[in-house]
Amino acid sequence: MIGLEIHCQLTKLESKLFCPCKANYRDFQPNANVCPICMGLPGSLPRLNQKAVEKATMIALALNCQTPKKIGFFRKNYFYPDLPKNFQITQLNLYGPTSIGEKGKISIGGKDIRIRRIQLEEDPGRLIYEGASERTQITLVDYNRAGTPLVEIVTEPDFENPRQVRLFLSILSDLLENLGVSDPTLEGAMRADANVSIKDGPRVEIKNINSFYDLEKAIHFEITRQESLHSREIPILQETRHWDDKRKITISSRTKEEDEDYRYILEGDIPWVVLDSQSIEKWRKNMPESISSKKERYITDYGIPAQVADVLSSDKYYSDLFEQAHSKSNAKEIANMITTDLMGLVDTREKREQSKLNPKHLSELVELISSGKVTRTSAKNALQEIVKTGKTVSEIVSQIGLGKISDKLELGKIIDEIVNQEPTAVQQAKDNPQTINYLVGKVMQKTKGKADPAITLGILKEKIGI
Amino acid sequence: MSLAVSAIEYIDNVKNGNTTVEDFVAKTLEQISKHDTKLHAYLSINENALDQARQTDKKIKAGEKIGAFYGMPISVKDNICVKGGKTTCASKMLEGFVAPYDATVVSKLKNQDAILIGKTNLDEFAMGATTEYSAFGPSRNPWNTEYVPGGSSGGSAVSVSALECIASLGSDTGGSVRNPASFCSIVGLKPTYGLVSRYGLVSYANSIEQIGPFGRRVEDVALLLNHIAGKDQNDSTTIDNHSQDYLDKIDAGIQGKKIGVISEMSKGDGLDKNVENAFWRAASAFESLGASVDQVSLDLVQHTVATYYVLTTAEAGSNLSRYDNLRYGYSLDLEGYEFKSYISKARRNFGPEVIRRMILGGFVPSAGFAGKYLLKALKVKSKLKKEIVDAFKKFDFLISPTVPILPFKFGEKTEDPLAMYLADINTITANLTGIPAISVPFEIHDGLPIGIQIHANMLQEKLLLQAAYALQGTTKLPGVPL
Repeated sequence: MIGLEIHCQLTKLESKLFCPCKANYRDFQPNANVCPICMGLPGSLPRLNQKAVEKATMIALALNCQTPKKIGFFRKNYFYPDLPKNFQITQLNLYGPTSIGEKGKISIGGKDIRIRRIQLEEDPGRLIYEGASERTQITLVDYNRAGTPLVEIVTEPDFENPRQVRLFLSILSDLLENLGVSDPTLEGAMRADANVSIKDGPRVEIKNINSFYDLEKAIHFEITRQESLHSREIPILQETRHWDDKRKITISSRTKEEDEDYRYILEGDIPWVVLDSQSIEKWRKNMPESISSKKERYITDYGIPAQVADVLSSDKYYSDLFEQAHSKSNAKEIANMITTDLMGLVDTREKREQSKLNPKHLSELVELISSGKVTRTSAKNALQEIVKTGKTVSEIVSQIGLGKISDKLELGKIIDEIVNQEPTAVQQAKDNPQTINYLVGKVMQKTKGKADPAITLGILKEKIGI
Repeated sequence: MSLAVSAIEYIDNVKNGNTTVEDFVAKTLEQISKHDTKLHAYLSINENALDQARQTDKKIKAGEKIGAFYGMPISVKDNICVKGGKTTCASKMLEGFVAPYDATVVSKLKNQDAILIGKTNLDEFAMGATTEYSAFGPSRNPWNTEYVPGGSSGGSAVSVSALECIASLGSDTGGSVRNPASFCSIVGLKPTYGLVSRYGLVSYANSIEQIGPFGRRVEDVALLLNHIAGKDQNDSTTIDNHSQDYLDKIDAGIQGKKIGVISEMSKGDGLDKNVENAFWRAASAFESLGASVDQVSLDLVQHTVATYYVLTTAEAGSNLSRYDNLRYGYSLDLEGYEFKSYISKARRNFGPEVIRRMILGGFVPSAGFAGKYLLKALKVKSKLKKEIVDAFKKFDFLISPTVPILPFKFGEKTEDPLAMYLADINTITANLTGIPAISVPFEIHDGLPIGIQIHANMLQEKLLLQAAYALQGTTKLPGVPL
């Protein structure tokens, strides 16, 4: 059995959970995004970011959780250098359900994964270990991250294998991005620990996993390790193990007997926050359309094939582009262009950040294709240029001449050249007309995709005599 | 002009040109240099005080807009942050800590042209009732320097009592304003929880403590409260008081009011006979003012000391854990330590009472014991609150001696922490229930002050100050024997 604890930063918020410092701490020099509150200076008090409560509640609602009547905060007390107050302000269902959500579920490929609890808490600072050798090792602390709003999502141990874990995380990550609460592709924005047990054996917690890719590996390793112990009748210990990124194995870090007692107490500096049904309903209404509803709409309203609709809806970047670029008449073409021509150009976070493309580019290009002024191939080339430079479609058309060549005379000359150069292919085409596409391709290549494919085919057939 | 003026008199005198701010501040500084070596009310003095006084005089002369305090010298307990100066909490742990920001109350005072004359002594991190636990040496009671001034805001009370300033701000977690006010024969108020912002007050037990004003007169305390109370976005527990004017109609009297004498606080073995007698004279004084006086029993008062020490130590354990000397504190070479051993090394600079309470604070909320201690204490707290709510259905005020005993000599109680903790029994209830309470000087017995405590219902400070003012009018007390 496998269960997960996922930490997700609310990266889309303006400020930290309890102070006005920036939630986006990534662009700062070390320890420059701090104030008396997030540094826990003597006398400072936390000031709850109400937007964080709203966004976290949206996550709870999206994961079909129950939301409490009021939420409260607790202090989790432990000493660690990345923790400015030596306690973390978090949530706990000590006096009944008071954390942001509980008892939810989401479906992954027909299987329900239950969500035990969702809580809102502050991220600690970051420790940076400098110097490789054990002897010269020093630790640097950067508090820029301290106080960043974090949502912890705890699942029930409902996963049967690492593959389900990967599927779940991918769906969850799409869901969080679609909600507009987080950008899971930012480094460190989404982290997960796993609890693994086999055959009702003790629970082993794996921490320190840096990527979802490694998480799958770590779980796989852990299952194998436990099964191997079990088969040799060696007892499995209830413990916390750390994932060793270099050796790709889990290592015991402490047994549960020595587990820390966090001495939870109520955070008296933050009064209970009453969540009346009006606010909840208002937030629910403000939630962006869910991925599944988008997909459904793309299929039924526009007749977009299910597979294309799936790709389009599950990626917020694509669906946002689509929503802004499409009209009832061009929707299918826009969807097509995004999921085939554009996809490879903007498949990473860096490429997306650098891309100069806007929705208008897409609708204009599609318009040119359907009016027969530009070929699909030319449009694809234009996209490349647009992503790079952001030039308008008309600029590109006039500059590099994407206009379609449909002039029979002009095409005829080019086709004559190709026919002369490719006698073997011509012979083949005569024997097997299917292979004529090779020659069409050659013409396209020669014209940089500008040749009108239908006219080209007609002339070719005529010239070869088939 | 005498240094013994009330705040109201001071303001009138400056307004009328009878004195300059510079003259008064200079005299105050003289008084400090003359007496404070012995009394040790201050841990640090504002070196720019005279400059600030001159600036204020200039503003007054030029007819510029001037704040309500007209350059009045006010001292602040050294667990309240004042930007740019040291805030030590009388602890070696924070010996080198310079606050980079002003507490909300401090910026409010500054905005009203108060001159923050200095930072006052306290029991380390406000844990104590005598100032004997200050890491920088105790303050002395100006009424008799062999005696403790009370605490933890002892330095504040001494500074006001010994004419080393006109008014002061302290903090009250279990009586830390009212106790030294009583021992030093001045007025001290613990406001309703949430009435005054705690932003910038170094937390000890954050769920029950409040910043409170000291003055030699009830009306001075009302004036201070006027300017420090109210909603603050930096403290989410604060309450909007709609800028209530506590000075207005302070002389309304208490004719027809119903006063309850809290039985559990006004009799029994722990109560000094002289204090008891003085208290009943105060009760008669209230009757002579036209109020009715009856007994009221609050059963749970007997459990308040235990409850208080469980709750406060649990919160203190958490609040003080940030002092690990990594980000600020005192000078310590941390090279070569593994983190856990570094932490225990760095935290050795806490004093004995803080260590005692931190150990308790680690224990009472710990797994397996929380149910027996912390959660039980929280239950008592909420039941006590119910008793108080019921009592205020019948009474306008609840009264008791502020402290069941007379001021005592140095060292008398430090050997026996439990006896010291019992001195808090009359003051703790107001903190556990959030209601306001004030200590008013009533008598001097054999040269030692006795104060009377009045409680009012939540946010009834206006009524409370009227009652305190009325009682003050029945007394005629000698000046401090300096």
